[in-house]
Amino acid sequence: MVADYAPLLLLFAIAIVIALVMVGGSWLLGPRRPTPAKQSSYECGITPVGSARERFPIHFYLTAMLFIIFDVEVAFLYPFFVILRELPAEVRTFAMGIVGVFTLLLIVGFLYEWKKGALDWEDPIERRRLQPTAEPNPQPALQPVSGEQ
Amino acid sequence: MAERLLFFLLALIVVSTAVGVVTNRNPVRSALLLVANFFSLALLYFLLSAQFLGVLQIIVYAGAIMVLFLFVIMLLNLGSPEPATFSEQGYRRPLAWLIALGMFALLVSQALVVAGTPPAQADPQVGTARTIGYALFTEWSFAVVVVGVLLTVGVIGSILLARRRSA
Repeated sequence: MVADYAPLLLLFAIAIVIALVMVGGSWLLGPRRPTPAKQSSYECGITPVGSARERFPIHFYLTAMLFIIFDVEVAFLYPFFVILRELPAEVRTFAMGIVGVFTLLLIVGFLYEWKKGALDWEDPIERRRLQPTAEPNPQPALQPVSGEQ
Repeated sequence: MAERLLFFLLALIVVSTAVGVVTNRNPVRSALLLVANFFSLALLYFLLSAQFLGVLQIIVYAGAIMVLFLFVIMLLNLGSPEPATFSEQGYRRPLAWLIALGMFALLVSQALVVAGTPPAQADPQVGTARTIGYALFTEWSFAVVVVGVLLTVGVIGSILLARRRSA
């Protein structure tokens, strides 16, 4: 019954209300006295180097992509394990064979991923290119930041 | 009655966030509106007695796919709003309107067809993981294997595309 999921709906509603109250409350009640230092990007207390909006390495994207693929795989395995014990014996063998083939296919993909080094965070070629240069980076002074950021 | 009210509330959220996704100039805001859209869509699935699908919608779409979207936004450095730079060719706008209006007319006509009939009561068990498991691993087992191949292709394709200079 749909009514069985009322607690879930309540949970969503409470989460939304808490989020709105926290953001809205600090927006309404909090004092706003911006200074250039406050407005600059936060880099753990170090003087910020450039904007916070930077291009990210493709590794993040690749990791997210691989995560989604295995996420979807697990989504297919949930219903299998729910019914595994209830299946009649001969159907169970069949279903386990199907899941075996399915998992084997993904293990092939996983081994490919591993061997190609997609899980290594540092690209060996990239590391060679980024060998330390002679002079260290000059420290940029704290810049007053325009209102846009 | 409460169910119907809930439906209209959710439908309103789904449609307005979807409109927000495509009209917003700031890609990060679009992505956040898409999260809201996925969540309310998941609740609509619950209303349709498709519980398992609703949970998957949250886990896969609102979780994983959105992370991917955000990474693409960061990868392409689209963080700041900027005017659209792609050329607007003469036929595109009317074509887009035509397709959109056609889809809308199709939806309205189908809605009018079913408007008079009383709502069908779905079997509350139809959307559980158990029912879906029975269907997937008996009748539709071939499709499961095909999906496995598809996922493997996804793994290989994304690695091939992401690897840079290394041969």
